[in-house]
Amino acid sequence: MKQFISKFIGSQSEGAKRILGIFVLLMVVYIVTAIINPNFVGAYNQENLIRRTSLFGILGIGVALVIITGGIDLSLGSVVCLVGVGVPWLITDQGWAPWIVLIMAIVLPMLIGLSHGLLITKLRLQPFIVTLCGLLIYRGVTRGFTGDQTAGFGNELKGLRWIATGEIPLFPGFGIPFPAIILIVIAVAVGIFLNRTIYGRYLLALGNNEEAAKFSGINTDRMITLAYVICSGLAGLAGLLFVLDLNLAQPVDFGNFYELYAIAAAVLGGCSLRGGSGTILGVIIGTALLRVLRNMMNMAFLGFQRAEFAVIGAVILGGVIVDELAKRAVAKKRAAQKQK
Amino acid sequence: MSSDSPKTLLEVRGIGKSFPGVRALNGVNLHLVGGEVLALLGENGAGKSTLMKILAGVQPADEGQILMDGEVIEIGGVQDALDYGIALIHQELNMATNLSVGANIFLGREPTKRGLIDEATIYKNSKGFLKMVGLNVDPNTIVGDLTIGRQQLVEIAKALSVDARVLIMDEPTSSLSQKEAETLFTVIKDLRKRGVSVIYISHRLGEAKELADRVSVLRDGENAGDLPRADINHDKMVKLMVGRDISQFYARTIHKPGEVALEVKNLRTPAHPTHELSFKLHAGEIVGMAGLVGAGRTELLATLFGVTPNLGGKVWIAGTSIDAQSPQEAINAGIALVPEDRKQQGLILDMTVRENMGLASLKRESPNGIFMNEAREAEITALMIKQMRVKTPNDRQVIRYLSGGNQQKVVIGKWLAMEPKVLLLDEPTRGIDVGAKQEIYGLMEDLAKRGVAILFVSSELEEVMGMSDRTLVMHEGRITGELPRDQLSEEAIMQLATGNTEAA
Repeated sequence: MKQFISKFIGSQSEGAKRILGIFVLLMVVYIVTAIINPNFVGAYNQENLIRRTSLFGILGIGVALVIITGGIDLSLGSVVCLVGVGVPWLITDQGWAPWIVLIMAIVLPMLIGLSHGLLITKLRLQPFIVTLCGLLIYRGVTRGFTGDQTAGFGNELKGLRWIATGEIPLFPGFGIPFPAIILIVIAVAVGIFLNRTIYGRYLLALGNNEEAAKFSGINTDRMITLAYVICSGLAGLAGLLFVLDLNLAQPVDFGNFYELYAIAAAVLGGCSLRGGSGTILGVIIGTALLRVLRNMMNMAFLGFQRAEFAVIGAVILGGVIVDELAKRAVAKKRAAQKQK
Repeated sequence: MSSDSPKTLLEVRGIGKSFPGVRALNGVNLHLVGGEVLALLGENGAGKSTLMKILAGVQPADEGQILMDGEVIEIGGVQDALDYGIALIHQELNMATNLSVGANIFLGREPTKRGLIDEATIYKNSKGFLKMVGLNVDPNTIVGDLTIGRQQLVEIAKALSVDARVLIMDEPTSSLSQKEAETLFTVIKDLRKRGVSVIYISHRLGEAKELADRVSVLRDGENAGDLPRADINHDKMVKLMVGRDISQFYARTIHKPGEVALEVKNLRTPAHPTHELSFKLHAGEIVGMAGLVGAGRTELLATLFGVTPNLGGKVWIAGTSIDAQSPQEAINAGIALVPEDRKQQGLILDMTVRENMGLASLKRESPNGIFMNEAREAEITALMIKQMRVKTPNDRQVIRYLSGGNQQKVVIGKWLAMEPKVLLLDEPTRGIDVGAKQEIYGLMEDLAKRGVAILFVSSELEEVMGMSDRTLVMHEGRITGELPRDQLSEEAIMQLATGNTEAA
């Protein structure tokens, strides 16, 4: 098992401990919630939980790649909005051919990522600024061209909607939601990319020290741009899955704050905002923790749902503090050993 | 130890200091008499700067005592040190270059009038301190508009304004022109007359000879010995610094240079766009490149390696014309660069020895250009660790925790796996201990024997003279001269390095 984990997360030795820590926390929250409200472990709720975790997990994996480069992407939620509202609006309201719209839903976000990457690497603009402007622009554009109208598929595209709503029956009354399969495929692919290919190594290296990576002959600009393209591309895919699942999207708030959920999941999962470290497995567990916490507030602490953000904020802050203290203790121990 | 001195002002007893992986200082003693200029010498990594940072309150010592006027004092921070009259002038100047000269001199101690800064008093008092250092500038001048040499004099004026009795200067001439350096020497001699003591750190032995009343040498973090004024000469200082005769230290065999490996013709770099550089480098040859800081040596290497653009001129590697726009292209052509700033440019500090060692050759060793060949990476790393005697518990050690010398070996090893034709080394032994230095010299020698053409930039004249088959000297963006091995001398290099071409 340990071997398997290390194959999956690569050589980042601190990642394994981090993953274990957050996994234990996830289990504790899970069990506490189940005890307080047995409905929590009901098949319906569990399926829903897995589905939401899968969709948010896709966002988290994307932003994790960007965070590993030492950057940030604040525009995810607006990309989710652009695709999530744009696709049903173009198909249902404007009558565009679905296959053209679906190709656009994949290509346009990647072009958005490309533009972010080029602005950041070629013009040397700061990722925070570039993607903050993205956050404003894509939502503004969506609200502008739809006139703030709610968009949905109605009764159309039932077949396509299955990839978000469908499930693979496991036993009577419970099935694995299909988005979970999509998440696993993406996670394995990105995990292999990050830990088994030279480009993944380049990404980790430049996130740690861009200048030294450049001096080692790595085309750092291209790698950073690639991370933004993948990130926005995955955000587009997630946006599509979200709207296929919900069948309804309002330009005002569709995907609102999703970038913050994604960043929080990545940080919980062990990505340092300084860049250079992060594991895909950690991000997925981080996402699951956030979803379970939210679920807990709704099911176990009725009347306190509105405090959800406060609880999530406190958990992340606590996790980061514990992590930092642990790191210092290790460094101190190490320095002490050296003296001898 | 200080009983024979007239009046000991500052004394250091048994100071020790450790950093992760390095024992920087071990039981070091030092004393300083009022109005004395003490030259503190030592190779890079000998512990000079660490000792001075402790005296100036920048870092605490792990053990030992500091005495001022015979009384034990505790220096808890920079302010404490200043209160005792100890001021450090850093190697890299620490000034707010966006503020005026006067504002810098009184930074943190601004006189006020009715709660507002009293500019008139600052102006008036600054003038007095500037006069003491012989600097004739208006206190309202913005510091950033002054030359480095003049900025340094402002720093000294600032130190005088806090009544410094001990002035510590860390490599003050490393970026000064000859003329600016001479002005500085005059100021130092003048300070001595006023009773100010100066600890002068340098690796330019000529300066120690000119200025010092006494020389104290550190080696590997310990006292190597003192020389009184009468005994200060080049050979004695070197012997104390390296701990053996230098002829043994730089074990060189003279190579017969082979074919031309690198030819540079009329190259222009962004740092000095109007100057054209031309030179040749032969296979199996070690060429040193001397010059003052800022002479354009690092910039030349950066352009050859494709980090900064080539503004014109041609470069050939083994007869093939190349135009490297990026490090990738330079590497593909057979050039490797061991950069000046090891931690910032040479290493991914949070990655392991193996990951660092493999970084440059990942693509080359990949079977399909996509997946890593980790078995091969481990193989190369094991070979390099053995060949270069890298001291590390295993190849999974995070490189941050290795000593400077072992880190540098990994940076070099990373390139050896690529079998470069031309190896560029920028200050290859900066900040590493004497033992590792010697190993790196041995490595350069080995590589030259195998036919690699080596160009190394160094600010240590000893090293340039010890290792070069031939030496190129740069001054303000130009190559001012070339010295074959039999014409090498500290004087000849310094003449060329300060732009005095006739004398050489």
